[in-house]
Amino acid sequence: MDRLDYKIISNLIEPNSKVLDLGCGDGELMLLLTKERKVRAQGIELDDSEIYKCVEKGLSVFHGDIDSGLLEYPDKSFDYVILNQTMQQAKKADFVIQEALRVGKRLIVGFPNFAYFKARISLFFKGKTPITKSLPYYWYDTPNLHFLTISDFKDYCKKKNIRILRSSYTGHKKSVRFWPNLFALNAIFLMER
Amino acid sequence: MKTKNIGIVKTEYFTFAEHPNELKLSSGKKLGPITLAYETYGSLNKDKTNVILVAHALSGDAHAAGMHEGDKDPGWWDAMIGPGKALDTEKYFVICANVIGGCKGSTGPSSINPKTNKPYGLEFPIITIEDIVKTQARLIDYLGIKTLLCVIGGSMGGMQVLQWVATFPERVRCAIPIATAAKHSPQQIAFDEVGRQAVMADPAWNNGDYYGKPETPERGLAVARMIGHITYMSDKSMEEKFSRKLKEKDYTFSFTADFEVEGYLRYRGDNFVKRFDANSYLYITKAMDYIDLSGDKLLPKGKHADIRFLVIAFKSDWLYPSYQAQDIVRQLKIRGLEATYCEIRSTYGHDAFLLEIDEETRLIKHFLKRHEV
Repeated sequence: MDRLDYKIISNLIEPNSKVLDLGCGDGELMLLLTKERKVRAQGIELDDSEIYKCVEKGLSVFHGDIDSGLLEYPDKSFDYVILNQTMQQAKKADFVIQEALRVGKRLIVGFPNFAYFKARISLFFKGKTPITKSLPYYWYDTPNLHFLTISDFKDYCKKKNIRILRSSYTGHKKSVRFWPNLFALNAIFLMER
Repeated sequence: MKTKNIGIVKTEYFTFAEHPNELKLSSGKKLGPITLAYETYGSLNKDKTNVILVAHALSGDAHAAGMHEGDKDPGWWDAMIGPGKALDTEKYFVICANVIGGCKGSTGPSSINPKTNKPYGLEFPIITIEDIVKTQARLIDYLGIKTLLCVIGGSMGGMQVLQWVATFPERVRCAIPIATAAKHSPQQIAFDEVGRQAVMADPAWNNGDYYGKPETPERGLAVARMIGHITYMSDKSMEEKFSRKLKEKDYTFSFTADFEVEGYLRYRGDNFVKRFDANSYLYITKAMDYIDLSGDKLLPKGKHADIRFLVIAFKSDWLYPSYQAQDIVRQLKIRGLEATYCEIRSTYGHDAFLLEIDEETRLIKHFLKRHEV
């Protein structure tokens, strides 16, 4: 499957670098980066069924919870840490981001935008919790714990002195350039401290 | 993929450390000559790069797979070793040796002491996991093998895996410690000590001098094994297996085994004494208690190691809880080594490493695939 966010992330990463993927799922992104960018990748994943899939791909993965921190990883031991579609599911999102910035020289974050116009319409006109392409869950059955907008995240970075180096916004099938906080389903940031 | 069985196998023997070249042990004492009982499965490739060493647990032996002529049951890890299995004997050359201190063909307290021409008994020196691994290295030398593609084992076998990494990092390419710990915790030492006390409290133990006598410390060893079996299961697996089921229709209002769980433990205990030496039980549990490869000791600073790890734990294993496996992985990550860690969802407790064959196979088979042989 071709995933636009994977392509964008792959383009952000320098070849031959060392990558830690937090919440790596079935390892598809790590596999892509290993092939296309020749990175040395490691992942952390909570769901045991995904661990098997990673191992089947020959990937190195740690079965554990990123909410408990990245104690075993020395400072700046990775060129990139990736938090793609993971941050909004972590209990302590702030702590996880800070830990990711500690162990990685750079951080790539990808998350669904809660201020997407269809989400706004859903809430404003229908009075219903938005269900969109990037937020496809009912309120009673969602892994997401945090709902944030692109604008929220930029505020957060400013407050925490995190520099955003590159930003990409995606819609249904392609990139969004115009008014992303309104038109983007997902955002991807490359950041450093 | 279809799997096959290995068929008939035979135990072989290798003797070394003859006088005056006895092996110097961790304790400073010397031991020799030493015989190792071992089995091999599959065939060694031309470059001798397809070798997997399987290390057995407390009560295991060299007979890991295949059938002995006339036996009804195959080796203790037959489900994992054979053509098409996790340790595929069409690809790999698999070796398993009985540990020293044991009683299944390798030199141990029941072997004849050449100095007295009588069984060693307590004259046998205390051994460590490091001593065990050093004897395995001698066997590997003897077979003309320089590096092991993989060292794998569960429980005490896992400790040997870690010890291989600590003692011979340059001879190991990948390591799979399962349901194990880098050091024995006070709780683990405590259970071992209760087992040893049960043996030593048996009058027939007679300070380890019972060989050839009509009475052997069977009761003590059986109790030790019963305690062991409780620690190998989980609350849930015992509930599933026995619940409160009775052997007869009703309570007997006596101290006979009313409950199935009592009958099971007695059966296991009684069976064990037929095949295991009480002194070996003391020596091997002591070796486990002495292991401590925590912190830097797993990979001594300055020693280079290029080893891939697959560390496996089981959710319901309370004897070797998963935090101990995570501690191992933490040490590896600190040293920048590649490690995959998985906690397999199982209700079997510590026994899971012998039972969760499908899950282990899925992980191990693919993990090994990275190394073309």
